[in-house]
Amino acid sequence: MPELPPSFDWFPLLLSLKVAAAATVLALVLGTALGWLFARVRFPGSGVLEAALMLPLVLPPTVIGYGILVALGRRSAAGAWLREHFDYTIIFSWHGAVVASALVALPLVLKSASAAFAGVDRTMEAAARTLRQSPWSVFVRVTLPLAWPGILAGTLLAYARAMGEFGASLMVAGSIPHQTQTLSMAIYDAVQAGQNDAALVLVIVTSVISIVVLVASNRFFSLR
Amino acid sequence: MRKFLIAGLMMALPLAAAAQQLTVSAAASLSDAFKEIGRRFEATKSGVTVRCNFAASGVLIQQIAQGAPVDVFASADQETMNRGVEQKLIEPDTRRDFAANVVVLVAPAQGGPALKTLADLGRPDVKRIAIGKTETVPVGRYTKQLLEAANLWAPLQPKLVQADSVRQVLDYVARGEVEAGFVYRTDAAIMADKVQVALAPGGHTPVTYPVAVVSESRQKALAKEFAEYLRSPAAQEVLARFGFAKP
Repeated sequence: MPELPPSFDWFPLLLSLKVAAAATVLALVLGTALGWLFARVRFPGSGVLEAALMLPLVLPPTVIGYGILVALGRRSAAGAWLREHFDYTIIFSWHGAVVASALVALPLVLKSASAAFAGVDRTMEAAARTLRQSPWSVFVRVTLPLAWPGILAGTLLAYARAMGEFGASLMVAGSIPHQTQTLSMAIYDAVQAGQNDAALVLVIVTSVISIVVLVASNRFFSLR
Repeated sequence: MRKFLIAGLMMALPLAAAAQQLTVSAAASLSDAFKEIGRRFEATKSGVTVRCNFAASGVLIQQIAQGAPVDVFASADQETMNRGVEQKLIEPDTRRDFAANVVVLVAPAQGGPALKTLADLGRPDVKRIAIGKTETVPVGRYTKQLLEAANLWAPLQPKLVQADSVRQVLDYVARGEVEAGFVYRTDAAIMADKVQVALAPGGHTPVTYPVAVVSESRQKALAKEFAEYLRSPAAQEVLARFGFAKP
């Protein structure tokens, strides 16, 4: 075990936990809604749309980062509008890291949710409807509880992925110590500067957290 | 399985059999000049290919310390090269200065703030200032020096964004994501249409570029030749065209 320097900085870990949590909430809400949509409704272009949403899983993080810079940067329409009306810029703020992490985490929730909804026994829903339950009530009382383990497993996987996001976040949020420097960026900076002890501590911390989350995720997947 | 192995070996063979390959790790600010110098060097030596690896000088020396197969190292500051000497990573007697540069303050050409003095960086319309990481990027270290000399380092802290290399600083300014940044004059010249030079503040140690042969190089003679070539009229002409001064 390497020795901790007396002034060891835990900020990056706390920021990573915060960014990953916010990104996972976004991915959970969007991913569940879209997962249900793709599992139950087929419409023209749904296949292409689903594939497009899965892209962040396979594209290099630099593409995601570049995309966000182009779409939300100061020179973009959205970026200029936000800046003019709210004096707000997502670039170089930790919100930028949340957007980046949510984008790469979304496919994991979406795919698990879609599979989970597809696996729900439709006769159960039909039975609920014969008991005069409203569509919303059927969804909340029958569909969602049956699909839940799969969605939760995907969500935990998404959390672990969001914790590990690096490339896109670095491009969008920068690596500003005590503002936007996440755990993965702190490791990168430490390695670059030759601070191997600091890097190793952070590597161990992030590995332990990821293993815990992945074990939990596996449990939920096997519940199905 | 065996077929795959043989196919794999055959694909690897041409690499091993290729003529001499010289790996040059050079400071990011040298990117454009070195690509051309590398081609010119190749033209003078048949069978030699020059492979350039560009990043912040501090990152490059770290790669060399971890055993990256590099033959020549060109740094954007003396301090990084000194670190290489201390850690016995480079051959001290091959060390030569071959170029010089100047740190400038740049702003986006379109819609950037009008900056007349360094103190203008304290104005509220300057929200973010990009600099190189002070640990690993030489231009970041020069920037810290000149801001400290102007008593601005501490007050400007909340506005500073530390980038991975001088070229990333340049990119942030060119995209207008920051209102100002510190780069070399040569970098600003490459994006003259997107960034404007506000001033050359001075107040830092002179920017000189040393080159040296890496201790672990397996082709030291060729490496030394390349290091010497940088001071030749042909190479100096390329460096001058990209705006570098003589050391």
